[in-house]
Amino acid sequence: MGSRFNPYDNNGGTCVAIAGTDYCVVAADTRMSTGYSILTRDYSKICQLADKCVLSSSGFQADIKALQKNLAARHLLGLLSLLSINICFDATPMIDCFLILLLHARPQIYQHQHNKQMSCPAMAQLLSNTLYYKRFFPYYAFNILGGLDSEGKGCVFTYDAVGSYERVGYSAQGTGSTLVIPVLDNQLKSPSPLLLPAKDAVTPLSETEAVDLVKDVFASATERDIYTGDRVEIVIINASGIRREYIELRKD
Amino acid sequence: MFRNQYDTDVTTWSPAGRLFQVEYAMEAVKQGSAAVGLRSRTHVVLAAVNKAASDLSSHQRKVFKVDDHVGVAIAGLTADGRVLSRYLRNECINHSFVYEAPLPVGRLVVRLADKAQVCTQRSWKRPYGVGLLVAGLDESGAHLYYNCPSGNYFEYQAFAIGSRSQAAKTYLERRFESFDKYSSEELIKDALFAIKETLQGEKLTSSICTVAIVGVGEPFHIIDQQAVQEMIEAIEAREEAPAEPAEPAEPAGDIQDEGNQDAAPMEI
Repeated sequence: MGSRFNPYDNNGGTCVAIAGTDYCVVAADTRMSTGYSILTRDYSKICQLADKCVLSSSGFQADIKALQKNLAARHLLGLLSLLSINICFDATPMIDCFLILLLHARPQIYQHQHNKQMSCPAMAQLLSNTLYYKRFFPYYAFNILGGLDSEGKGCVFTYDAVGSYERVGYSAQGTGSTLVIPVLDNQLKSPSPLLLPAKDAVTPLSETEAVDLVKDVFASATERDIYTGDRVEIVIINASGIRREYIELRKD
Repeated sequence: MFRNQYDTDVTTWSPAGRLFQVEYAMEAVKQGSAAVGLRSRTHVVLAAVNKAASDLSSHQRKVFKVDDHVGVAIAGLTADGRVLSRYLRNECINHSFVYEAPLPVGRLVVRLADKAQVCTQRSWKRPYGVGLLVAGLDESGAHLYYNCPSGNYFEYQAFAIGSRSQAAKTYLERRFESFDKYSSEELIKDALFAIKETLQGEKLTSSICTVAIVGVGEPFHIIDQQAVQEMIEAIEAREEAPAEPAEPAEPAGDIQDEGNQDAAPMEI
């Protein structure tokens, strides 16, 4: 009785994102593991999809790589011309023929001006659709999309593996998420989405305070989660652009 | 070219060995407004004349970005051009996705040419009525190609297509030998000159032309109107300056304008 081929693997790691009034902080550790082994201490889980839009994913990195390529191609297609979604799908060679036929049945033409980057909320929807497209053989990817919306305010979107998403003030995904989220809940005092009237989902913290919080949170997660550690890559998006910081973490 | 009994179908040869429908498609290209392309060793410039259908409408788009390293200018049936640009974009994206590298320009034009050839050999299709100047940069350098509705393609140092393109071609033929060493500014200036030739007297302004460039360290982009207008004015200032001292002070409307006398032509 051999075990069946398992198409998935979990490469571990933790991703965190915090949205501010005019900035967004997205961070992820750089350790890639398999089982109880470390594959590399230097793997970036953060991918820039557009000018002010960054995707951070934890889970099965091969699926994540494919997902990032898929999104980049679709973004380019949307960027360059007026296009229908069925043509977007022709760009991905891995999709089966019958699925392409399904999509040909409902073309949606959306227009993006040449040279205009997709806004974060638009990218969020695109990611959700891309994930749901593989509803019956999902991308093993737990995503957080972070960036600035069209008004310049920070936004964070958090996803499950099949595309269910929500705009939130902060989020954590991955093996260390259960250690991180309670701390963020405590510190960021984000109002519950069930409260009315609906409050703005961004934190009043300043950019430096948010970055410090992220560093603390990763240090804590590293202590107890074996898959989190080595180094944390922190990406800060604000009106002046995108910058990166790297902080060393425990290597054990 | 006159009507004859062999020109109804694209799949009918004439006794002289010609496919008239294909040749008529090339006529459609000659009817479109002009587009020129020039290349140096490191840059390629495309320029096109955008005529608006009327004062109320917007200008036709003649130049399309296909990828960071490739762009096209079209002449002829704009709708066909738009569809082919979309095809080219898809090809580039698919190639980048699979090979994580930009599609070499030579291969792109072959695919386009093959697509065009298909339409010359099917009774239920018609040839594309658009000529494309494909400008791109890849590992083997800067390239400029011309794709015909017939499915032929050629590489050029400089070329012009569309109406009154012969004037531009003559201008380019005189100067093309030095293009290789040109800087990008000189290349753009020459492209504007070539476009000017096709206008034959009409004033060149940035609102009726589009200029785009691709080169080493410069992804394909359309140069914005303001910058183009400045370049045009720089060219025209240089053209007029040597002429000024030769002209005598003309008493232009001396009855009406004393101000004219003050603004002496010596103010260079």
